[in-house]
Amino acid sequence: MTTTDSGPPPVVSSVDGERLAAPQPAPRRSPRRRRPTGGLTPYALLVPASIVLAAIVGWPLVQLLVTSMQEFGRAQVFGAPPEWVWFDNYVSVLTDPAFYAVLGRSLVFAAACVVITMLLGTLIALLLQRLPKGFRLLLSLGLLLAWAMPPLSATIVWGWMFDTDYGVVNSVLVNAFGLEQYTQHSWLIEPLSFFLVAGVIIVWGAVPFVAFALYAGLTQVPDEVLEAAQLDGAGGFSRFRLIVFPYLKPIFLITTILQIIWDLKVFTQIFALQDIGGIREQTNTLGVYIYQVSIAGGDFGTGGAIAVITAIILMSISLYYVRQTVKEEEL
Amino acid sequence: MSALVAPGTQPAASGRPAGRPAASRRRRIRPSTIGWSALSVVLFALFAFPVYWMVNTSFQPNNEIRGTDIHFWPDNFTLRNYATVLFDPGRTPFAPAALNSLIVTLTTVAVALIFAFLAALAVTRFRFKSRRTFIIVILVVQMIPGEAMIVSIFRVIDGWQLLNTLIGLTIVYVATVLPFTIWTLRGFVNGVPAELEEAAMIDGCSRSGAFWRVTFPLLAPGLVATGVFGFIQAWNEFVIALVLNARPEMMTLPVWLRTFLVANGTTNWAAIMAGSTLMAIPVIVFFLIVQGRMTSGLVSGAVKG
Repeated sequence: MTTTDSGPPPVVSSVDGERLAAPQPAPRRSPRRRRPTGGLTPYALLVPASIVLAAIVGWPLVQLLVTSMQEFGRAQVFGAPPEWVWFDNYVSVLTDPAFYAVLGRSLVFAAACVVITMLLGTLIALLLQRLPKGFRLLLSLGLLLAWAMPPLSATIVWGWMFDTDYGVVNSVLVNAFGLEQYTQHSWLIEPLSFFLVAGVIIVWGAVPFVAFALYAGLTQVPDEVLEAAQLDGAGGFSRFRLIVFPYLKPIFLITTILQIIWDLKVFTQIFALQDIGGIREQTNTLGVYIYQVSIAGGDFGTGGAIAVITAIILMSISLYYVRQTVKEEEL
Repeated sequence: MSALVAPGTQPAASGRPAGRPAASRRRRIRPSTIGWSALSVVLFALFAFPVYWMVNTSFQPNNEIRGTDIHFWPDNFTLRNYATVLFDPGRTPFAPAALNSLIVTLTTVAVALIFAFLAALAVTRFRFKSRRTFIIVILVVQMIPGEAMIVSIFRVIDGWQLLNTLIGLTIVYVATVLPFTIWTLRGFVNGVPAELEEAAMIDGCSRSGAFWRVTFPLLAPGLVATGVFGFIQAWNEFVIALVLNARPEMMTLPVWLRTFLVANGTTNWAAIMAGSTLMAIPVIVFFLIVQGRMTSGLVSGAVKG
C-alpha cells in the first residue's frame, strides 16, 4: 500500500463505461462546484420519486413492523381485527429450532457461495488479463451468456441437466466416466446435494459479474509499478498481494458485500429447485422461509417477525458499505 | 466488460513469471499462453454449456430427450416444442403472459427513468437541506431485502384493490427499480460538468434551455444503459409477480414459466426449454447491447458514484 497510495483509491467511473477513472489529481480542496440553491425546485423534482418510495417501501415497512407485533392469520386477512401480541411473534421465532436451522443453513450456504464466487471470479479475472485477444473475447462471451440468463430460466435448465432419469450430468457420469452409481441418481432429494446443485447454479451466474468487475480494475493497475516490483524481485504472488490487491480493494469490498446480500436473500433458485424436486422443509433458506410461513402458511405475524429479523441481519451487513460509500462520495 | 473492447495496450507482461528476456516475449507465443488459452476454451464451454443445452433440448422431440441416448446435437430438428408452448390450448398461453411482461416492463422502465431523472437532477444540480438525507435513504432502501417486504406489499396492494392487475405490479416494480435507477443516473448526471451548462447560459441560453440542449444529449447513453438495467430487473422479477399476479391471465413470463414445472405428472422438459429460451432471448440481446456498461453500472452506478 505504501508505494501505491499516492491518490485516492481508483473509483469506477460510471460515465466512461469500460475503464476505472484514474486516481483524481489534486483540486479536491475547493468544493468541485457550487450548487445553486434553487428555492423549491429541488423539492419539486423529488416529489414523484418520494411518493412512490413512500407508498411502496415506506408504508409497507411500517405495516411490516406493525404486523410483526400482531397475531395476524388468515382470519385477519378477511377482516377480523388483529390482536396485539407485541413481541410474542419474535419470541416464538427466536425460540423455534426450525428458524435456527433455516438461519444456519442460509449463513453457511451463503458463505460457501460467496467464498467460491470471489475465488473463481478473481482467478478468471487474472486469466482474462493473460489471454491473447481472441481467447479473451471467447471467454468473455461465455461469461456473458451465463450472466445474461434469467435466474429462473437458469435454474430450470440446470434442474433439467441434473434430472434423475434423462439428465445429461448423470448420463455423462455413467457413460463417459463409468460411475455406475449415478444411474438414476437423484441430485435434489438429499439436502446436501440439493445445495450443491443450488450452489453451482448461483456461483455459475455470479462469477461473471465478479470476474468482469475485477478485470476492469486490473486494467487500471499501472504497469510501471508492477515492473518495478518485479525488478526488485517480487514473485507473482507477492506482486498480487502487495500491489494488485490494494488497487482492487475497493472493488473487492463492493462485490463481496453485494454477493453476501444477494446470496443471503436468495429466493428464485432455491424456490424453483424445490419445485423441480427438493424437499421444502429440509432446504428452506431465509427468503423462501418467509414466503412459506406467510404467503403459503398464512401466518403473517410470524412471517413478519422473520422478515424483520432477516432485514436487520442484511442491513447490518450492508451498513459498513453504506457508511463507506457516503464517506467516499463526500456527500 | 471491457473484456470485449479491451484496450490493445494490455500489459502483456504484467503477471508473468520473472526472468524471461523481453525480446522472446514479443515474438514467440509462449507455452504458458497456450496453456491459458486452452484453459479459457474449457471455461468457455463450462459457462456456455447450460445455455447451449437449453437451446439444444428445445429443438428436440420430447420423446427423444426421454430416451436412453443423450443427443448433443438436435439430430431430429423440430419446432414442435415451440408450437406447443405458443399455441397448446391445454396450457396457460404464452402470448398474454409475454404481453403482460412487455407492458409491465416497458411502463416500469419509462416511469422509473422519468422519476429517477428528476430526482437525480435535484441531488446533483441543486443544494438543499435534505439532500444528503435523501441520498442516504436511497442507499439504504436498496439494502432492504424484497422478500422481507413482499407480505406487506401484498397487503398494501390488496388494500388498493390492485391485486392481479398490471397497474399494481407496475407500481411495485417502479418502486423496486427506482433507488437503483436514481443512484445510477446520479452518477451519469454528475459526469456532465455543470460548467458546460453555465457556458451555454452565458451565451444566452435560459437555464432549462441550456439543460435540454447541452446536458441532456450528453446523458442519452446513460439513460439508455440505466433503462436497460431496469428492463432486465423487471423482466426477470419472479417473487413479487408470483405473489401479486397469480391469476393465469395476469401472469408475467417468469410465473408463466413456472406453471410448466408444477404441471401435473410428467414434465415436458422439451417444452419448458422452449419456453425458457423464449424468455431468455430478450435479456441476452439486451445484455449484448449494453455489455460495456454492465459492470461499471453495477459497481459504480448502483453502489458507487
